Amino acid sequence: MFSKILIANRGEIACRVIKTARKMGIKTVAVYSDADRNALHVEMADEAVHIGPPPANQSYIVIDKIMEAIRQTGAEAVHPGYGFLSENKAFAEALAAEGVAFIGPPVRAIEAMGDKITSKKLAQEAGVSTVPGYMGLIADADEAVKISNDIGYPVMIKASAGGGGKGMRIAWNDAEAREGFQSSKNEAASSFGDDRIFIEKFVTQPRHIEIQVLADSHGNTVYLHERECSIQRRNQKVIEEAPSPFLDEATRKAMGEQACALAASVGYTSAGTVEFIVDGARNFYFLEMNTRLQVEHPVTELITGVDLVEQMIRVAAGEALPFAQGDLKINGWAIESRLYAEDPYRNFLPSIGRLSRYRPPAEVVEPARAIRNDTGVFEGGEISMYYDPMIAKLCTWAPSRDAAIQEMRLALDEFELEGIGHNLPFLSAVMDHPRFASGNITTAFIAEEYPEGFEGAELPEDLLRRVAASACAMNRVAEIRRARVSGRMDNHERVVGADWVIRLQGQEYAVTINADREGATVRLNGSEYRITSDWKPGQPLARLMVDGAALVMKVARIPGGYRLRLRGADLRAQVFSPRMAELAALMPEKLPPDTSKLLLCPMPGLVVSLNVAEGDEVFEGQALCTVEAMKMENILRAERKGRVAKINAEAGASLAVDDVIMEFE
Amino acid sequence: MKDILQELESRRAQARAGGGARRVDAQHAKGKLTARERIELLLDEGSFEEFDMFVAHRCTDFGMEKDRPYGDGVITGWGTINGRMVYVFSQDFTVFGGSLSETHAQKICKIMDMAIQNGAPVIGLNDSGGARIQEGVASLAGYADVFQRNIMASGVIPQISVIMGPCAGGAVYSPAMTDFIFMVKDSSYMFVTGPDVVKTVTNEVVTAEELGGAITHTRKSSVADAAFENDVEALIEVRRMVDLLPLNNRDGVPKRPFFDDPARLEPSLDTLIPDNPNTPYDMKELIHKVADEGDFYEIQAEFAKNIITGFVRLEGRTVGVVANQPMVLAGCLDIDSSRKAARFVRFCDAFEIPILTFVDVPGFLPGTGQEYGGVIKHGAKLLFAYGEATVPKVTVITRKAYGGAYDVMASKHLRGDFNYAWPTAEIAVMGAKGAVEILYRSELGEPEKIAARTKDYEDRFANPFVAAEKGFIDEVIMPQSTRKRVCRAFASLRNKKLTNPWKKHDNIPL
Repeated sequence: MFSKILIANRGEIACRVIKTARKMGIKTVAVYSDADRNALHVEMADEAVHIGPPPANQSYIVIDKIMEAIRQTGAEAVHPGYGFLSENKAFAEALAAEGVAFIGPPVRAIEAMGDKITSKKLAQEAGVSTVPGYMGLIADADEAVKISNDIGYPVMIKASAGGGGKGMRIAWNDAEAREGFQSSKNEAASSFGDDRIFIEKFVTQPRHIEIQVLADSHGNTVYLHERECSIQRRNQKVIEEAPSPFLDEATRKAMGEQACALAASVGYTSAGTVEFIVDGARNFYFLEMNTRLQVEHPVTELITGVDLVEQMIRVAAGEALPFAQGDLKINGWAIESRLYAEDPYRNFLPSIGRLSRYRPPAEVVEPARAIRNDTGVFEGGEISMYYDPMIAKLCTWAPSRDAAIQEMRLALDEFELEGIGHNLPFLSAVMDHPRFASGNITTAFIAEEYPEGFEGAELPEDLLRRVAASACAMNRVAEIRRARVSGRMDNHERVVGADWVIRLQGQEYAVTINADREGATVRLNGSEYRITSDWKPGQPLARLMVDGAALVMKVARIPGGYRLRLRGADLRAQVFSPRMAELAALMPEKLPPDTSKLLLCPMPGLVVSLNVAEGDEVFEGQALCTVEAMKMENILRAERKGRVAKINAEAGASLAVDDVIMEFE
Repeated sequence: MKDILQELESRRAQARAGGGARRVDAQHAKGKLTARERIELLLDEGSFEEFDMFVAHRCTDFGMEKDRPYGDGVITGWGTINGRMVYVFSQDFTVFGGSLSETHAQKICKIMDMAIQNGAPVIGLNDSGGARIQEGVASLAGYADVFQRNIMASGVIPQISVIMGPCAGGAVYSPAMTDFIFMVKDSSYMFVTGPDVVKTVTNEVVTAEELGGAITHTRKSSVADAAFENDVEALIEVRRMVDLLPLNNRDGVPKRPFFDDPARLEPSLDTLIPDNPNTPYDMKELIHKVADEGDFYEIQAEFAKNIITGFVRLEGRTVGVVANQPMVLAGCLDIDSSRKAARFVRFCDAFEIPILTFVDVPGFLPGTGQEYGGVIKHGAKLLFAYGEATVPKVTVITRKAYGGAYDVMASKHLRGDFNYAWPTAEIAVMGAKGAVEILYRSELGEPEKIAARTKDYEDRFANPFVAAEKGFIDEVIMPQSTRKRVCRAFASLRNKKLTNPWKKHDNIPL
């Protein structure tokens, strides 16, 4: 076994690999760029080597720099993580040349699977089901129609050079095929200067399901079942689970065996993933093979009990797999939520900055549940603009899918994250989405269910009532504490009442609280709720039991009330005495203030740079310009979506407070 | 007998009706509550004890003798906020537009006299059209009587004004002399002369909202300390404020049960200061992480944002916080921020509220605007306020403490009790670049030499240890232990006694 390995990566995956190495008694070497000087992976590793400036192409993916770090530290093997150099043939070769083990597949396998066309050919040869299609040049529309009929409708007509939906058409019949061929060709010619076209089967109700394989150098290849990764936003996976709620045993076995056959055919060793697209009739077609550890590997680990990183290291050291296919059973259900520093209320715009609060739920492993959080950040750390905006991968495990979802709901509600925009509320909303719960999902789930983006979840009435009852009980505790301030008039203290009215999400509820030593019984609109909690006033996270069911929410004080966050909802709660509620009802509804269509200079300063031009469409939160004041650079951002009508300042201009920098339409 | 008791009830009912149902509806239609409704919200339920319910004016001019409603446009009395006594007056816009008459003023004066005598705050809910014109000079005399009591009460009991409707002309000077002014957005305004007079005299066209609305006074003029969405929110927040204030200048700060460990460590504060000294960070994060339960009641949040002022609790006891804000103008001192903080420091000192100061100040803002505006004297206000303050003073320098601004920000030299610095602190006359340009003027043409000189200066002064060697810094502390250190510092100062030499009063550069 190796005595020291280098992890040629950063962030959560570097931390993940270090954990296993440490468990195995292997020393670890981290590499870091300037931006990661204080990063968690650097802290966790036994040694760390600085490899250059923040941009990855000047540090993490510069092979020479990694090789130099290996020489410096005498690492015997390298784990590449995912991304960066993990599927880079040249890197694997460079390692081989110096006799350093690559904790990954052989160069030949990387190369074979690295090319889409070659890998598809190899897959066909290995008997793997591939998307039926025609790869050769298509002369004219007649030929296109003929090929389409051979494949069977619906078909997708695609430009070879295509991307981003351009030069792509779906045809359900001959007429559409004819028309689609011509328009794709034209579009391809004008967009890419390359009008070559190919046609393949269009997969309806597509799901992204992938098979984890593991192979050693002794000829053993096994599959560790599947992961379903259909919840994606613009091809970025957001939520994954294992097993898939869609596969039956026969399909699973067929996919697994084909995946193993493909791996074996290229002499694969180490961990790898064979991605399939699966249609509504459980037909599956090979997409590609990823010759590395996948981001979402923890869900497989949770259901199989196999530490994939450990097996990768052992295989790289020449050991044989300690299990055979028959030993690999599916135990329970695991779900992974990827926490991204992307603001769902601002069209998922990346958000960077300081994590002023970062408190993930405690990791647990119990007989009926487990919570795992893979992360590379810490409270007080920085999410920088240079790398992947992923903050953490939160996984839950339970014996059933429903239970795993329920664990995830609570774990997300417990996750405290402040200082930057993040997608926690969106993840919560998906967990509560009935279609997700039903398992009837496709890769179009997010696009179909959130066509207008995400504006926060609405809580269902029964949950809202439980929240209302809880908030009233908590407010009562807070009010009693307030009434215990010093300097009270003896014998004339404030008596905190039992009757309250709460306003929440546009609803108003009358509430009566009967408190006792253990908790409170709250009567709300005729129903009764039994509430217990160890929450104390001022604590930002409240864990309650409402009629025996757990309820977790984030609580913050705001003028005139509370801000409550749970299950993807961001609520303003106002708790009144009955008389206050009567008077509050007299207060006018105020429209949100008319935010002006001007960007004003907030301070006297110098315009350092303008990031947009007249006529540009800008998103909420987009950086518009940078103003330097007192030697500090302040970035001014768009308050909402719009178009820049006029720019009144230029770089280098010196501005006073409230000078108009730009105007919007 | 029953009839006699009945008579009281019917007279009370008459008094409680104010200006009548029609005017009450009109008040509600404007989004405003009535004077009595406001008192109900401000005070603990059922705690209000009214004075002078049956007072009526004595004016006989302009037919006024025919209209003598009970109460005369203002409701006065006392009650409790979370069991603590406060005096309150609430002007009733439904009666003569809340205008101030001789008797109206007398009612206010009565409760102010009692408040001073009995050591409890006065809260004024202002909603008045101004002087009772029919009474002429008697009304003006009434204003002056109130003013004189505001002056006498200043520094003796906290005085809070809530502007919940118009407040114009001479009426503005009573709130102006109180400790805090809160306004209600869209339904309150304050000005000395209204838009019509402005138009006549200066030809300037301006709306009442622009001239003296809540936004104007919280952002531009700094007359108001905070603004709230509506009457209900304003009164809820005033209650919260009162929870923080001493009842008078002898009682000391209130104490409240707390659920936050005074020894709580915050490891994330170790990374609050960015690597680049020119990168801003949010000082409020430090305030929130030091405060009990992260709770911070900010005063003048919208004005002179380069300095932060407000109240927190430490171990359940109120502490005033003053902090430079590097996010705005790099946290420099200027005219506005000096005035804002000086007034806050003096309030704290007057009422025995300990002061916690967080320092990251690159100096005073340069420029003709500042010099012509008298930054010398305005800056001196903050210096004076800190220097004269005898309350416990704990200071933490997080990063820059440059030049005269270092002295000003509750330095050891101004009788600071505990002066802590983080390891990231830089205590120097100025930044390295500026210092080197003065010290080595002759070498300015040689960039390498200057760079080396700059590096030398940084090595020598860009740390807290030179100051610590001289004892100007009592201790260099780990950022993560700030709450614990600060709590213990204040705990050790609970019996602090310090008096200034006898004087009639000082002569702060106003």
